Amino acid sequence: MTNKTALHAKHLEAGAKMVDFFGWDMPINYGSQIEEHHAVRQDAGMFDVSHMTIVDVTGAQAKDYLRYLLANDVAKLVQKGKALYSGMLNEAGGVVDDLIVYHFDATNYRLVVNSATREKDMNWLRSKAEGFNVEITEKPDFAMIAVQGPKAKAKAATVFTGAQNEAVDGMKPFFGVQAEDLFIATTGYTGEAGYEIMVPADRAAELWQQLLDAGVKPCGLGARDTLRLEAGMNLYGQDMDENTSPLAANMGWTISWEPAERDFVGREALEKQNEKGTDKLVGLVMTDKGVLRAGLKVKVPEGEGVITSGTFSPTLGHSIAMARLPATKSDTAEVEMRKKWVTVNVVKPSFVRNGKSVL
Amino acid sequence: MSNVPSELRYASTHEWVRNEGDGTYTVGITEHAQELLGDMVFVELPEVGSTVSAGDDVAVAESVKAASDVYAPIGGEVVAVNEDLEDSPELVNSDAFGDGWMFRIKADDVSEVEGLLDAEGYESSIDED
Repeated sequence: MTNKTALHAKHLEAGAKMVDFFGWDMPINYGSQIEEHHAVRQDAGMFDVSHMTIVDVTGAQAKDYLRYLLANDVAKLVQKGKALYSGMLNEAGGVVDDLIVYHFDATNYRLVVNSATREKDMNWLRSKAEGFNVEITEKPDFAMIAVQGPKAKAKAATVFTGAQNEAVDGMKPFFGVQAEDLFIATTGYTGEAGYEIMVPADRAAELWQQLLDAGVKPCGLGARDTLRLEAGMNLYGQDMDENTSPLAANMGWTISWEPAERDFVGREALEKQNEKGTDKLVGLVMTDKGVLRAGLKVKVPEGEGVITSGTFSPTLGHSIAMARLPATKSDTAEVEMRKKWVTVNVVKPSFVRNGKSVL
Repeated sequence: MSNVPSELRYASTHEWVRNEGDGTYTVGITEHAQELLGDMVFVELPEVGSTVSAGDDVAVAESVKAASDVYAPIGGEVVAVNEDLEDSPELVNSDAFGDGWMFRIKADDVSEVEGLLDAEGYESSIDED
């Protein structure tokens, strides 16, 4: 049985091409993936991300639990509504999932985890909660709409109520606030400004229509993938998984080593990996014709690696990729494409921010 | 459903062929094929003057999704290629049977064209997919 989001009928109405995405019937595009991509870079686009899993973590030991569960440290979160990106690791130091955690107070947090890993994550969250006084509650009654792009906030403002606009006024990136029936967060997966909005499922179609009327273009999972890749953001299951160290997935910045006495799942393994050194996730840029694709073999003087995500970058007009390689000093790499070895540039895995190339 | 013009001939590998009436035949990929591939980002075309046989992979249509070989539906000499695709590969999406044409072949053996599918045959071949 395929899952449908609260916006399924709106996608069909808009002529979306639907695909099966890990058990969810989701729009891949509404005609042209590239036009949708440009809408987000230049104006405003919206994505149905209702398939993602929202989980509330509450209780007297919510903070202690999350400090144990996550490689990043929720103790860093002081302000109400502040969000944090983190990996959730297993004992071997592999990534069980990546997620965003919103802090309301020390007894009240909200997590957003991936949809493809929902069942595994829920089991993991519950098994690690043993011995902690916490309650873990999935929130399936919410739909979620990501509105992204340089004009996303201005267009969203036209559909928010006065109270909602007041609530988001001056809100910095990576915060979330409950405003009447909406939870509005300044987060996203595109490298553009905008909001991720959680809305009660029975109100989702109405909000989608209002945003549509405000000139926000519906965008599918295809554009979502090219946008996040340009922004250098990882996709779970593709750029990292349970067998990947966060250190080999460009997630080193999400690990809070201090305070040294904080014990978190995977810490011991991670310290060993850090000592020994790991592969690195790097960016690749190819300005010649052709498209770098996931799975292609990559060579640097230090050894061999593989492309984890690759695409044509609509913003840059050429191909970009992320690849996991032995730590390298080389600024070029060789990629095997259609039986030929092609030289590409090695860069930091970030290509486009706020509509502009960062290469 | 995609459009399948009745005046064209088709290969089961999703190329269309148009008789230009002067011994040359224009080739492109069908609307159905471009729909499967999605937004086109590069099109690699054969060299003008090269000789091809039916079934040779002579061009590559690379979309956001995948790189796909384009086969010569008939043998002969490539007498023209659509240079507009260099800068505007999206023409293959917007006008697969018109401005999105790929190359033109001077046929060695016109009977090869007769061996291709007609619109009805192609339509039933894609229904089976």
